[in-house]
Parts: sequence; structure tokens; C-alpha cells
Amino acid sequence: MSTVPSSRKARSAPVTPAEVDLRVQLDDMILRNPILAASGTFASGQEINRFFDVNRLGAVVIKSITMEPRPGLPTPRMAETASGMLNAIGLQNAGVERWLSLDYPWLVHHGVPIIASIAGRTVHEYRQVAEKLRGLEGIVAIEANISSPNADAGGGLFAAHPATAAEVVSTIMRVATVPVFAKLTPDVTDIVPIAHAAAEAGASGVSLINTVLGMAIDVETRQPKLAAGMGGLSGPAIKPIAIRAVHQIHSVMPDLPIIGMGGAATVEDVVEFMLAGASAVAIGTATFANPMASMEIVEGLPNWLAERGIRHARSLIGGVRI
Amino acid sequence: MSTFVSSKGNGPPFQGRATGPLRARCEVLQYRKIGKYHSITFVSPEMADRAEPGMFVTIGVEGHSTVLRRPFAIYQVSRHGPWAGTVEIVFDVVGEGTRWLASRVKHDTVDLVGPLGTPFPLPKQNVGCLLVGQGYGAAPLLYLAGVLQQRGFRADMIIGAKDADGIFNAIEAKRLSATTILVTEDGSLGEEGNILDVMDRHLDLGRTGLIYASGPMPLLRDVSGLAASRGVPIRVAVEEAMACGTGVCWTCVMPVERKGAVYNLRSCIEGPVFNGAKVQWDAIGALPVHDIPEPLPEDDA
Repeated sequence: MSTVPSSRKARSAPVTPAEVDLRVQLDDMILRNPILAASGTFASGQEINRFFDVNRLGAVVIKSITMEPRPGLPTPRMAETASGMLNAIGLQNAGVERWLSLDYPWLVHHGVPIIASIAGRTVHEYRQVAEKLRGLEGIVAIEANISSPNADAGGGLFAAHPATAAEVVSTIMRVATVPVFAKLTPDVTDIVPIAHAAAEAGASGVSLINTVLGMAIDVETRQPKLAAGMGGLSGPAIKPIAIRAVHQIHSVMPDLPIIGMGGAATVEDVVEFMLAGASAVAIGTATFANPMASMEIVEGLPNWLAERGIRHARSLIGGVRI
Repeated sequence: MSTFVSSKGNGPPFQGRATGPLRARCEVLQYRKIGKYHSITFVSPEMADRAEPGMFVTIGVEGHSTVLRRPFAIYQVSRHGPWAGTVEIVFDVVGEGTRWLASRVKHDTVDLVGPLGTPFPLPKQNVGCLLVGQGYGAAPLLYLAGVLQQRGFRADMIIGAKDADGIFNAIEAKRLSATTILVTEDGSLGEEGNILDVMDRHLDLGRTGLIYASGPMPLLRDVSGLAASRGVPIRVAVEEAMACGTGVCWTCVMPVERKGAVYNLRSCIEGPVFNGAKVQWDAIGALPVHDIPEPLPEDDA
């Protein structure tokens, strides 16, 4: 590969890791670094805070909250597959009120920038949850989870069609006081018009990608490995799909901020997402495999950039050479 | 009134305690076979210091397309002596992760996170304890038996398996307990029959004030049912598929009753040790109940 020699050629003055500026800006939101904890993989933050100070991350995207408590789906909820895992948790959560009284105070007290992932069965429910979060200290953005493959059957995914994606976003926009990111699924024929519709409806940016709908079968029992039958595939197996989606959307909407995710586990993965067009990158399944994963990337990224003479992490964004 | 007392004290759940889990690359001090099972002893003074019976570690499998860690109950720790600061686990080879682990040799280093989970609570007053285990699920009970012995509690053990090969470390069990009854389904070692019958007879002796159990879920369900019908408090260490082991993924939830309501508790962080009489065994794998597990009421056994 020629990336290392060519970027060395571009080096003007030596840069030390301490001089590297990791800050990134997504719409009005300025993050201390581009490393986020992905929704659904970090619980309330306190669990991982046993391993490192979670306040060192750019932001924590909380596990999706809904208006009412959700019991989630039956067990088994998880099946490991080659380079990935399937899950069908079903958005189990205690509801927005209990999140506000139990988890939110801890995050605010610790100064953790919060990106609030919200979900709902109806457009109205998204609005209700967004209303509960209005003007709250510490919440720097809303991520509208309109693409969870484990959402209730019946309605289908809001992110499957431009019109429904736009409807959810515009409804949230009426009450939101912070930037809104629409989390999209790659399980569509063309993701670009859906991102476009979300942006037209007022989304500050998009989060790419949610898990990919998958299935695994136990060959002995002939039963699905997940109680729910199908579930969301995550981990390294889906990274190329995520990079593709980020690149596709950044190519046609270069000014639309993108939070990239899907299999990112290393410094190089984060750089790859940023080169494809992501302004920030959320670490998800990697945290299951290594509770320190996101912190190790925060610590390793300045070295990677300094070694290549790159002073600003943001200069990576969309830097792929086609 | 509670008959158990937490072996770890009641601090705030997550912050400011030297009792939390760690992640470290740990050297293999020893690999050995215990009967048909595999055992690895890792060097980690920090984890040994923090470990209690019932807790577990997770291990990262390398060089495969696997992405998730594998959980293992802690079998023994050594905090003192020339080989101090070690943690030992026991496992059976069931898939590619455990096959990889079984091929580790002395001086290899392996990625560990631990100790994780809640330990077995210890008895508050001096009562006879019955420890019931199946297969290598008996391993953490031997660790518990050692702690009970140190503190002067009577521990009787029942260890069962399908056949003689499946019985875990009978010699060690006998050393650590007042009495040890071995049970095999085919009668190839100890009594022929099933654990439940032996346990039933043992309870007739009237010297059991507390029961601890570890092993496959069907055993834990049956043992819990019997304990409940005899009115004897019971704590079980469950085995549920988990992705993270640290409380963030919500895959390993179990329906458990606390203070009259049923909560979906995470086996990795609110467990793996639960009050067996409060686990809703028939609801496992069914649609979860609507109550959500926070704030957690105190276990009220």
C-alpha cells in the first residue's frame, strides 16, 4: 500500500501527538474528539466507567430510549457469527422518565456529552420523547433511531422510505433544541435518497449505519439461533457496508455531517470511516470484545496522526482518493 | 430477615472501589487436565485480590473470526504464597473458542477481563450449607467450599454428572467439604441416579440451612424448585449466553422477582448469582416481563 509513503511526502513540519487537534465539528456540535460510544453498546455509561473515565470520549450515544418502558425480546438474544454478532434485544429500556431520573444525572454530573438516541413506534412517540429532552444540560444532540431491525413488527422501518424518514425527522425538529441525526439502515435499495430526505426535513446529519438484518440457524436443532428469528448483524463483518454507505452519502452531500459506525474497532478503522466522509465515529460491538476499545482509540489516534504529520483530525474527513 | 450476607460489603455499585474489574494480558502459569476437563491458571495479582467465589472472567479468543469474549467461572484464586496472585478457570472444549484456549501453554499471554459479576453471598449465621453442582459447573462451588471452610461453616457437597468422566475433581471436593456425595446417571461413579433424589434425601437429614448450586440451567431450575418446596434459601450461579460480560449489551437477561415485581436482570452484572427461589424459570426464553430492573431493590431473601 502506498498510503504511508505518500502521506509522508505531504508532511510539512513534524507534529507531536500532543499537538494533534482531535476536535471535530458536526453542525453546531463541537466534540473534543471524534470517538463516540455507539448506542446500545454502552448501557448507561457507568458500567464502562469502571474501566476508564468515559468523559474522555467525544460523546456517549445512549441506548435508545422510548416513551414507555420496553421489555425487549425473549432470550436467546445473541448469536456469534463469523467476524460479527447477531442481536435481538428489542430496545429494552426503562423509558424516558426513568432514564432521566436514573442515568441522565450520572452522565451530566460527570460532564459526559450526551447524544440521546430516541426511538418510537409512532412518529408521535418520537416527538414525545424529544419534548422530554428539550433544553436539558449536557445533551448535545439527538440521534433518531429510525432503523432498528429489532423494532416492533408491523410498521416496518421509518428509515426504509424517504417520506417516512422525513416525517419523523421533521416532527422531532419541531421540538428539538439540539442538532438531530437520523440513524439509517443499509437494508434499502438506495440509501442516498433517504439521507437526502432526512436532510431536507431538517436533520443536521445522519448516523450510518444501524445493524444489518441477519439470521443464523442451529444445524442440529434446525431452529434459529435467536429467539426472535432474525436480528441485527454488527461487528467487523459489516464494516465494508458501513464505509460504502458513508462514502455514498458524503459523495453527494459533502456538507452533511455523518456519524459513522459499523464494525469500527481500531484507530485505522476510525481513520477509514473519516476518509470515507464521517466526521465522528462510534465504537459499538468492539466494546463488547474489549471494554477499553474506545479509550484505546482515543489514546492511539494522536500518535497515528502525528506519525503522518497530520495536525488536525478533521482534515481526514472525506479524504479518500478516488 | 436475610440469611445471607454479601461477601463484598455494600459500597456504591460502580465508583471509587478497588473491587471493580480490570482488563489485562495475563501469563499462563499452568495448564493442566482435571479429569476430562481443562484448567488454566493465569497470573494476575490484581484479579486474584478482587475475586470472590461465583465471579467470572471473560477471555478474548485470538486468531479466529470470533469477535466476542468467552466467560468462565473462577475456579480458584491464590492470593498468598510462592505462586500468589493467580486465577484459575476450568472449562470443557465445546467450540472453537474453547479449542483455542485448550491449546494455550505455559508462558503464553491471554487477554482477560475480570473479575466480573456478583459473588455468592455468605451465610450470616452458622448453618450447614449444601453445595450442589453438575459437571464442571461444580468448579466455583469448590472455591466457595474453601471459603466456607476457612470461615468455619459446615459444607456438604453433591456433585453429579452423566458418567464418572464428567465428575469434577472429587478428591478436592472431599478435602473441602464435610461430606461429598457423587452421583452419576449411569452409576459408573458414586450413586446411580439423579442429583435431585440425593439432594432430597440429604435435606431429610435436617442439617441444611442454605443451598448453593451451579451448573446447567435445567439443574438450577429443578434444584431451586426443590429448595423452595423445602423452604431452604438457595443461591444459584446461572449460565446465560452473554456478549459483553460487563453489563452493556443486555443479551443475558433473566426474569427475577424482587420485592414482588419481576425484573429482567443481567446475568453478567446483577448476576450470575441469583436467588434461585426468585428466578422465574418458566419465563426464561418467553417474552420478557414489562418491569425494568432499575432501581434495583435489595435482594430480600
